[in-house]
Amino acid sequence: MIPRPHVDWFALAPVNSLLAATGLALLCAVLAPARSRKAVTATLCGLGYATALGFAVALYVKSAHGHGVVVDAFRRDRLAELTAIIVAGSGILATAVSYRERWREDHIGEYYALLAASGAGMVFFVGANNLLTLFLALEWFSICLYILCAIDRDRLSGLEAALKYLIIGGFGSAVLLFGAALVYGATGAIDFPGIAAAGHEHDALLLFGLAMLIAGLAFKASAAPFHMWTPDVYEGAPTPLTAYMAAATKTVALVVMLRILVTAFPGDAYVWTRALAVIAVCSLVIGNYAALVQKGVKRMLAYSSISHAGFMLIAVATGSSLGARALLYYLVPYAAMSIGSFAVVAARERELGVPVTFANMAGFGWERPVLGISMWAFLLGFAGFPLTGGFIGKFYVFAAAYRHGWTWLVIVGVLATLVSLYYYLGLVRAMFMRRSEDLQLAPIGGSPPRDALLQTAVVACLVVTVGSFFAVQPLIDLAKHAASSLPF
Amino acid sequence: MTTALIVLPLAAALVIWVLPLNDVSAGALALLAALAEVGVWIQLAARYDFGPGGLQFAQQRNWFSDLHVSYHVGVYGFSVWLTGLTVIVMAAAIAYGFWAGRDRLRAYLGLMLFLTGAVVGVFTAQDLLLFYAFFEAMMIPLYVLVGVWGGPGRLGATLKFVLFTMAGSLLMLASIVVYGLSQNTFDLVKIGQSSSNWIFLGFVAAFAIKAPLFPLHGWLPDAYRESSPEVAAILSGVVSKAAAYGFLRIAVTKFPEPTQHYRAPILALAAIGLIYGSLLAFRAPDIRGVIAYSSLAQMGLITMGVFSVNDLGLDGSVLQMVNHGLVSATLFLLAGMVERRTLTGQLSRLGGMARGRPVLATVLLTTGVIALAVPLSSAFAGEFLILAGVFRHGWAWSVVGAVAIVLAAAYVLRLVSAILHRDIGPSVSDAALDLRPAELGVVVPMLACLLALSAWPAAITQHSFRGDRPQADVAQGFK
Repeated sequence: MIPRPHVDWFALAPVNSLLAATGLALLCAVLAPARSRKAVTATLCGLGYATALGFAVALYVKSAHGHGVVVDAFRRDRLAELTAIIVAGSGILATAVSYRERWREDHIGEYYALLAASGAGMVFFVGANNLLTLFLALEWFSICLYILCAIDRDRLSGLEAALKYLIIGGFGSAVLLFGAALVYGATGAIDFPGIAAAGHEHDALLLFGLAMLIAGLAFKASAAPFHMWTPDVYEGAPTPLTAYMAAATKTVALVVMLRILVTAFPGDAYVWTRALAVIAVCSLVIGNYAALVQKGVKRMLAYSSISHAGFMLIAVATGSSLGARALLYYLVPYAAMSIGSFAVVAARERELGVPVTFANMAGFGWERPVLGISMWAFLLGFAGFPLTGGFIGKFYVFAAAYRHGWTWLVIVGVLATLVSLYYYLGLVRAMFMRRSEDLQLAPIGGSPPRDALLQTAVVACLVVTVGSFFAVQPLIDLAKHAASSLPF
Repeated sequence: MTTALIVLPLAAALVIWVLPLNDVSAGALALLAALAEVGVWIQLAARYDFGPGGLQFAQQRNWFSDLHVSYHVGVYGFSVWLTGLTVIVMAAAIAYGFWAGRDRLRAYLGLMLFLTGAVVGVFTAQDLLLFYAFFEAMMIPLYVLVGVWGGPGRLGATLKFVLFTMAGSLLMLASIVVYGLSQNTFDLVKIGQSSSNWIFLGFVAAFAIKAPLFPLHGWLPDAYRESSPEVAAILSGVVSKAAAYGFLRIAVTKFPEPTQHYRAPILALAAIGLIYGSLLAFRAPDIRGVIAYSSLAQMGLITMGVFSVNDLGLDGSVLQMVNHGLVSATLFLLAGMVERRTLTGQLSRLGGMARGRPVLATVLLTTGVIALAVPLSSAFAGEFLILAGVFRHGWAWSVVGAVAIVLAAAYVLRLVSAILHRDIGPSVSDAALDLRPAELGVVVPMLACLLALSAWPAAITQHSFRGDRPQADVAQGFK
């Protein structure tokens, strides 16, 4: 008889509820009549995320002292649960945004099943406490995303995006796996605290492995110079999925990077803090300068997400409790702004039936005031203007960098913000300030589709974006408790 | 009470945006809110105890405690006058925008009210981060107000305006982070003085661009020419004062040593701006150009007063901030009224408008006479105090200032005579009416304030700083 480990099912409840949603959705994809298939599977996916959200909140409340579960392969702590809350929230919004997407619907059941499955993988990913579960969860959600990119077989751009994502993402995973092998070779341990306890700080093999782990995670966080896939994939993937990837994938990759570096490699902090600072600066420079010349809105937002990875990496790079708080705070408005902005792009896409560019956003702000004003707020939030959480997020990141003694990094961040104004405000200009002759007030696809779900999602994102500016203290308290589960 | 002054226009803006009102009721509501704001301010000024002075009507609530940032607002004597300037000019601008019938009126008036709240916030914030938040929040409506409702060259003008001012304010953000964290508080009242030149220069950069000071005025002529007259009135009358206020409240107060150290270069830039702006104003081909460049000159003069950091200079600069705010706002609105009648601002196409239009002539001439600082006018009092203040730092500064006052007389008289006198210009038709009662209702209150201040400039000079000793008040950091 093989001894069975004790399993804390409550700790796994968010993952399991999403997996249950996946299974049920897959069943319905076969059994439910074609007419109601979309409604049923989408509801199941949304319910799965909502249940996961509920469990994550309960776990957050009941996990004041973080500990390992299932023979320490998985952490049950507030860091994981707070991130799970962000992922589940993003999932609900992404489900709502997806619902009225205009695409071939013969695999719609699988779409929602995979959307829930990828969420399960992400929630598992942020709790990973050893290199094996880390890799397992990474592949779990990545494979779901590869398929999701290609699920609309009529869109060539989607197929191309999926292929690129598969090849480059596979490469990134391989790098991560190789790094994990090297770290195991150097220390003989695969669990994070064990790697730290092995005490091989200055071992060349370990440092090499660390570098490859960072590179593998930076691929997922789409930080420069590991960002090459981002613009193409974000542009080619179905827009609701892009929204989900921009918010959730980046969130989990950055949080896991923070966890693994702080837990497993505290002795090498002098190496990875500097390495991450360099990656952050690269992301800020490349993301911002490439975004300046983009014509397509999705590509611009993709490059902007690279530059935001840079900002958040500054917070990770400080390796401090303040940095962790800055990251966790930043992620909340960032996720909301990303989903919201891509959702607005999706709405415009459905109206026009063509890819959205700066030119064909003309007049959108006046034509659809709710979406237009929300988009305005998201862009201002990305640019770090007050009255949005983006401002406080940047402020916290700069504060963390300054406390770490990196005033130069504050200056770099400020200059990057200045450059970013050009393209963010450029889009505002396109939406609101064109001459009335240029306005495209007659959408190609007839009258604009009524899309209450998408509008509700956008308004929810707007509430989070603006609300996080006012409710800083509660959010920072959440972030502080989550950060306290890491050994600073 | 301070919070009410900030929140009232913001709430009114939200109501106007959300409710599906028609133009007339939206305009009436906005005007009502703006007048109510003036009413609240009158209450505040009446209840403010100028005897002891100092920070009053202070309110503080925690915002986020781990970095010691709070929502802290309150007013000093000089903030009372600057908020007063704001609410009066904004009410006039809103009334004029409503009367002139801008398209998309609800959005327009909502943005104006939002801007009012933000500017009042700048003048009352007692926390560095809150100050920055309001300072930036001003940019959001201004960007749209210039960019959507401006003239044909508005897109270039807004881009320049935003990039210039944001470059400055982001440097200020870096300074705020460093300053606040090194002092372990962001509270403007509690925070100690610093001797760091870099932090000081970050703040000065932001304010020098916003004011603007020579040579950072590249955005000014375009922004003032391309925006609608009431927005130009706000930009030059109110928003530029936020920068002068920043110099006074933060730069010279919190950084006494760097102020000492950089006084000569800053005074020199201000003096160059004063002369250069006056000369450009004298050469400008259009009404807006004259007012825009005179605004550059006047901001130089005000900056000289602030950076003299003595009793005379500080008193004079606060008085001059209010004076110039009212004068340039009135002039920009009058420019708009003239342009509305003649469809041009080119001075060469104007002329002879005094004949048959006595009200326009009277109002314009009165404002002009105050602008050129004739003795007995409030501007004369302000400029005289500033010149006497900088005299303490070397007679040459006062000579420069005095020359500029002569130049001011030259460009204002050129402006007035090019519009009102000489032969009737090609764009002036007989159908161009005199000022309408509504237009009078917009400009006359501001003119009345100017005349009242001319009669009693001590209303401001003796009621701005604690115990009427500005230098000591600044030296203590307004504690």
